Amino acid sequence: MAAMRMREALNAALREEMERDESVVLMGEDIAVFEGAFKVTQGLMDQFGERRVRDTPISENTIVGTGVGAAMAGLRPVVELMTVNFSLLAFDQIINHAAAIPYMFNGQVRVPLVIRMPGGGGHQLGPTHSHSFEAMFLQIPGLLVACPSTAADGKGLLKAAIRDDNPVIFVEHETLYGIRGEVPDDPDHIVDFGSAAVRREGGDVTIIGILKMAHEAERAAETLASEHGIEAEVIDPRTLRPLDLDTILESVRKTNRVVIVEEGWPHGGVGANLAALIQEQAFDHLDAPIQRVTGADVPMPYSKRLEQSAIPHPEHVVSAVLETMIGAKPRA
Amino acid sequence: MADEEQTSEVRTPAGVLNSSRGRELPDGETSRELLRQMALIRRFEEEAGRQYQRAKAGGFLHLAIGEEATIVGTTSVMAPDDYLIGTYRTHGHAIARGTDPKNVMAELFGREDGTARGRGGSMHIFDGDRRFMGGYGIVGGNLPIAAGLALASDYKGTDDVTVCMFGDGASNTGNFGETMNLAALWSLPIVFLVENNLYGMGTAIERHSAVTDLSHKAEGLGVPGERVDGQDVVAIRECVADHLEIARRDRRPTLVEAFTYRYRGHSAADPEVYRDKHEVEEWQRRDPIEIFARRLIEAGTITEDDLASIREQVEAEVLEAVEFADASPEPPLDSLYDNLYVFEKEHEGWYAVDERTPDPFRGEREREAAEDERVRELHEAGAAYGGQSPRSGGGSGEGPAEETDAPADSAQSEEEGEVDAEQAAESRQQGPGGIG
Repeated sequence: MAAMRMREALNAALREEMERDESVVLMGEDIAVFEGAFKVTQGLMDQFGERRVRDTPISENTIVGTGVGAAMAGLRPVVELMTVNFSLLAFDQIINHAAAIPYMFNGQVRVPLVIRMPGGGGHQLGPTHSHSFEAMFLQIPGLLVACPSTAADGKGLLKAAIRDDNPVIFVEHETLYGIRGEVPDDPDHIVDFGSAAVRREGGDVTIIGILKMAHEAERAAETLASEHGIEAEVIDPRTLRPLDLDTILESVRKTNRVVIVEEGWPHGGVGANLAALIQEQAFDHLDAPIQRVTGADVPMPYSKRLEQSAIPHPEHVVSAVLETMIGAKPRA
Repeated sequence: MADEEQTSEVRTPAGVLNSSRGRELPDGETSRELLRQMALIRRFEEEAGRQYQRAKAGGFLHLAIGEEATIVGTTSVMAPDDYLIGTYRTHGHAIARGTDPKNVMAELFGREDGTARGRGGSMHIFDGDRRFMGGYGIVGGNLPIAAGLALASDYKGTDDVTVCMFGDGASNTGNFGETMNLAALWSLPIVFLVENNLYGMGTAIERHSAVTDLSHKAEGLGVPGERVDGQDVVAIRECVADHLEIARRDRRPTLVEAFTYRYRGHSAADPEVYRDKHEVEEWQRRDPIEIFARRLIEAGTITEDDLASIREQVEAEVLEAVEFADASPEPPLDSLYDNLYVFEKEHEGWYAVDERTPDPFRGEREREAAEDERVRELHEAGAAYGGQSPRSGGGSGEGPAEETDAPADSAQSEEEGEVDAEQAAESRQQGPGGIG
C-alpha cells in the first residue's frame, strides 16, 4: 500500500496498463506535452513517447470516433475529454457508434474503448464546465459507467476499464483529484465492475452516494451517529452499469430506509433510477418513501455562494435521513 | 503523346470534370469480373427495391443503382487486408468485398442469416472477415472511425490502407473537417472517397455546399484531392489504385471525388421532386454498366453472348439470395440482448435492466427469463405486432398480423388488422416526409 492522491492513482493505472499491454494508447486534448488539464497524464509522454500518448486537435467527436475505430481494429485506446461538458460534442460517436456498434454488427467487432472525463462543480467553472452527466451515460445500453470516489477505486476501476472489452465511460470528479488514500501497489489490483463498496455499516438507514457525494454521505453518517443516534449504512456503487443492485437491496432489507445522494440534476437522475429499481425489488421492505438529494435543477452558476448552494452537502443528507426516520421506533 | 493527353469531359452542376484516366482496359479476366460484379450489384439492388415494395424488407432502403462503377472500381484495387468503411448505401460495397449476397439480402429481411442477424438492417451491413467495417446510418459518422482504423494500422506497422467512402452531403458535417485535419496531422494511411452523386438527400450540391468542387474541399486541411469519373469503372480503378499507393507508400491521406449518380431516389420513399426527369435520363445515357459492356464488346474482350450469360448468372444468384433470405428464420426473441455486452467472466451486477415484464430482469439473462411462461407470452405479444413468424411459432395471436408500415407514417400504423403489401408499398411511396 502507498498513500497517493487520486490523480496519482489514475496516473499509476494508466502507466501500469501501458507497461502491461502495448495496445493501450492515450489520446486527448493537451494530454501529452501539457500533461493533461488536471495532470492525470503527467510524465506519460516522456515514458511512452508521442506514438502512445497523443495530443489531439480540439475535435471531440473525432477524437472519440478515432478511438472507436482504433478499438475496432485491435487497440485499447483511452480517450480523455477535458470535461464532461465537452463530451456533449462527442455524443454522436459515444451513443450512435461506440455503444451501438457491437450490438448492431452482432458481436462481429468489439469496442474496448475507455473515455475518461472529469466533471462536477466546486471550482467556479460555471454553466459549461461543471456538470454531472452520469445519468445520461447510464441510460445508454452498450456503455459501462464507472464513478470512482477514492484513490484506490480510481486505480482499480481504471485498470478494470482498460482491460474490459466494452466501451466504458469513466467519470472523474474535479474536486477529488487531490484526495488522498491508501492504494494497493499490486499491478493486478483490479476493482471489478458491478461490485459496490459498503463504506460504513449501519442498521437504520441506507445512504447511497457516488463520486464526491460518497464522501458527503459518509460525513453525514458521522453526524447522524454522533448527534442523532442514527446508524447509517453508506454504499458507494462505484459503477452504475453494471450496477451492484444486490448489495443495495441487501442493505435496504436490513434498514428499510433509503436516501440517494448525487450531484447531478433530479429529473431522470441516478437517484431516480435507483429509487425505481429499489421500490420494484424491495417495496415490502420500505418503511418510508425513498429520499433523493440532488444538485439544484439549474445550470451550474458561477458565484461561489450560489454554486455551493446548488451542490448537496452533508447537511442536506442529514436532513433527508431525518425525514425518512419520522415515525421510526427509537432504537433499543 | 497527343493521344495520352486527350481528356474526356463531364459537365455537372458541381463543375466540369476533365480526366485522362481510364484509357487502358484491364486484362480480359479482370474486365469480365468488374462487369459481373457491377451487374450483380445492379440486379441485387433492383431486387431489393422490389422486395421492399413487397414489404419483405422494412425501414429505409437506399439503393446504389447507377453508382456501381464507383463501388467496384474502388474495391477491385484494394488489398484483402485493407479496410473499407461506408455509409447507409452499402449493400453493393459488401458484395463487392466478397460478402455473399444471400447474407446481405437476409439482413434486409431482418433474418437470422443476415450479416448482423437482423440487428443492423439495410443501413448497417458489416463483414469483419472481409474487412468491410460497416455501413453507418449517421451522415459523416464513419469518417472519424476510418481515422481510428488507419491509426491502428499505422500503430501496428502494417501497410493496410483504410478506404473511407461517403457522400457529398457528408462533406458539410463537422466530422469532415475534423477528420481531414486529424488524418493529415497524424499522416494516416487513408483514401477518402466522396461518392458525389450531386444530391445530399433531396438538396442539390450547389444548394448545399459553398465549394462544389469537393476534390479541393479538404485541401486547406492538408488533404489534397482528385476528381474522377465515377461512371467509368476503369478510370476510378486507376485513380483509386494511385491513391492507395500514396497512402501505403507515402503514409498520407488523400481524397478522391468520384462523379456519380443514383438513378433511384435517395431512398425507396423518395418522390424525387427535386430533380428533372431529363437529368436522370441524361445520366442514364452514361450508365456505368452499359458503357463498360459496350466497350468490352467493341474491344473484343466479350461477346454479346458473354454479356447475356453474365446477366443470366447474376439473375440466378440474386433470385437465389431472395429465396435464401425468405427461408431464413426470424431471430429468436430470446436473442434480443445478445452481443449488447462482452462478458469475459461470470459477470457481477446488473448490466441491462429489462422492464417489459412486471418483475424486471437482467437483460443478459434474457434466455433464463424467457423460460418463464408469462415472460415468454409478453415477449411474443410484443413481437406479434411485427407480424406472425411461421418459423418461430408465432405468438399469442392478439397483435395485428402484418404491420408493415413505413416508419413515420402514423396514418397507416393506426389501422387495425392486416395491411397488405400493396398498401404498404403505397404508404411508402407517399413516403415519410422526414429522412426517408
